[in-house]
Amino acid sequence: MADAVVRQPGVARPASARKRASLHNALRRKSTVAFLMTLPLILLITLLVVYPAFYSLHLATLNKSMQKFVGFGNFEFLFRRDTFWLVVKQSCIFAITAVVFKALIGFVVAHFVHNIPAKGQRKWRGMLLVPWVIPPAMSTLAWLWLFDPSYSAFNYTLAFFGIGPIPWTGDAAWARFAVILVNVWYGAPFFMIMYLAALKSVPDQLYEAAAIDGANWWQRIWYVTLPMMRNIIAITTLFSLIVTFANFDIVRILTAGGPLDHTHIFATWAFRVGIEGSDIPLGASVSLFMVPILAVAAIFILRDVNKRGNEA
Amino acid sequence: MSRKTLTRRQFVAATAMSSAALISAPYVRGAYAAGKLSIGFWDHWVPGANKASTELVNEWAAKEKVEISIDYITSQGKKIELTIAAEAAAKSGHDVLAMPTWWPHAHAELLEPVNDIMEPIIKQNGDVNGTVKYLGRAGNKWLAVPATIGSQIKGPCSRIDLLKKFANIDIQEIYPAGSQPKADNWNMETFLKAAEACQKGGVPFGIGLGETTDSTDTAGAIFQSFGAELVNAKGDLTVKTDAVRQALEFYKKLIAVLPPDVAAWDDASNNKWLISGKGALIMNPPSAWAVAKRDAPQVAEQCWTHGMPSGPKGRYAPYLPYFWGTWSFSKNKEAAKSLLTHLSQPSSIEKFVAASGGYDLPAYANMTTLKTWQEEGPPKGTLYHYPNPHNHQTLSIAASPAPPKIAQQIYAQATLTKMCLRYAQGEKMEATLAWAEGECEGFMRS
Repeated sequence: MADAVVRQPGVARPASARKRASLHNALRRKSTVAFLMTLPLILLITLLVVYPAFYSLHLATLNKSMQKFVGFGNFEFLFRRDTFWLVVKQSCIFAITAVVFKALIGFVVAHFVHNIPAKGQRKWRGMLLVPWVIPPAMSTLAWLWLFDPSYSAFNYTLAFFGIGPIPWTGDAAWARFAVILVNVWYGAPFFMIMYLAALKSVPDQLYEAAAIDGANWWQRIWYVTLPMMRNIIAITTLFSLIVTFANFDIVRILTAGGPLDHTHIFATWAFRVGIEGSDIPLGASVSLFMVPILAVAAIFILRDVNKRGNEA
Repeated sequence: MSRKTLTRRQFVAATAMSSAALISAPYVRGAYAAGKLSIGFWDHWVPGANKASTELVNEWAAKEKVEISIDYITSQGKKIELTIAAEAAAKSGHDVLAMPTWWPHAHAELLEPVNDIMEPIIKQNGDVNGTVKYLGRAGNKWLAVPATIGSQIKGPCSRIDLLKKFANIDIQEIYPAGSQPKADNWNMETFLKAAEACQKGGVPFGIGLGETTDSTDTAGAIFQSFGAELVNAKGDLTVKTDAVRQALEFYKKLIAVLPPDVAAWDDASNNKWLISGKGALIMNPPSAWAVAKRDAPQVAEQCWTHGMPSGPKGRYAPYLPYFWGTWSFSKNKEAAKSLLTHLSQPSSIEKFVAASGGYDLPAYANMTTLKTWQEEGPPKGTLYHYPNPHNHQTLSIAASPAPPKIAQQIYAQATLTKMCLRYAQGEKMEATLAWAEGECEGFMRS
């Protein structure tokens, strides 16, 4: 589609008239109109995302009293702290485990929903999306009551079978399990809906061809479904990995990082250090630590997506 | 249509006349002649307590002709701390702002000194305790004014019946309403024996070991009663001392008789423990008792708030003062100071205490025997010893006497409760001490 306006041959015009005409032409270009229409969003993102991002970069280079430039001093300090490496380890365990389970559950449930007859499918889709549409701060409060150290509803129920009481949030291993479980519960519907959309776009002819070739259920998944869903799996996984690494509300409400710091992740520890400990620069450094790692991961995953797009 | 033009001469004459009229006019004091003042108060959990603050501020504003706006900021989700951090970064915000414990020191450079009003207030209301000086003053500079609203002692709140039944302790006899405590035998040994007896009786003491303030405050007072400091007043590391070892040994024995889930407790857990009737003692200001009055009156009428047990180095009670500060970039410092003086008058303090049902504590020596604490009940006199009227215990904050900026890190990271848990869960004493020393070294960064 032609984007530029073709200039009509004509007589020479004065400079001011030419200027007006070129402005007029610029405004008539589709790209200019598109830019102007997205400008409010660009300004909003600049204000709410770019400025805070650069401000936090600036904060991370200051000393504790925010009066002196220390360069990478805060990061050097963090690298010498055992608690920081504990937080790095836990953030990785939390994010990777949660994303793997969200993807698996989402994949399986998407298949179930896909196979439900169209008539009743809408109801199931709606119901399965409920965990994802409730604000996590609210739903985690409900989970907190289920896991409450002294009055856990789970323990109450388990007691009927002679099990427990389980220290859901009082023991490091159980507390990690609890925060990951809630994150999976909250995030799996997102994977489910994305995978469902991808499944619906796989042409039936491919399955028919596979069936003619004698492919069994597993071979159809492996050779047809998965390759066709690759891009959506990659993008969903990347998106979820970033969001899960940056999680705050679930851990903050459920365990506040305890017991003995064993459930702290980057955001909750940054809050503890920066806001509760009045060391804003160190808090900013903690929260920025993952940026380069996630950026590299994003480049690799998205590059891969691009390649596959071209192959197709 | 005729058009009248203004000549240059006419314009100059008119301007001169109007200027003269304005200058010579009598000064009329408008409704808000003394400007505007924005206030950020802590949002009180007691119904009606905010109303008392609003009334006191309005009373002052009407007299001083100041236009006021009040925001009640909740402490839920650390909203006050977030507001303080945001205002400090933006160098703009409330003219008077409530600041919990460590925050005046954290922003000492940005706070307007209030020596000029603190000196007359102290002269009028009596001296303030050492913790208020430690948290509210940097050198000779008063950083903020101690606030009555929100200040609290987190001493023991015991069940009279359960202590009598299982530990054979008559807590009302030790802490009689209206008179001096007879607490010579109320020490850490007695406390531990009582905790063991109550645990055997199925009503364990409810003392948290989580990472929130209630848990840290109790640990702080117990450590201090053993003389245990992680960092001393000069800023030297003092983790590997006998006093710290003794405190950890004591805690190990105590943890063995506490509910098994105390590592996960937050600031609501101990309240629930008392109100549900499951425990014989918690460490808390009278908020748990006040809620029990509404939700479980049979529990409330058996509650008695009293002093801490003494340790080898004295009797220390967990104390958390709030402050009211004014930023150095405030646009109306004079009005702010005038308001803070008004809020620190004995009559205002009395109103705050009454409105909060005795929860709020003034910092001043002459203000610990108000009527509210003597009359609140049931049972009558349950709050008599809450404000430490006989001064028989030292009011302290966890991690003191370390320099406040280091102590704040020890406090925020809950290093004390983490040490107790690590050791109680089987870590070797020296390993726990080495871990704590490493943590404290990190807290010393400037």
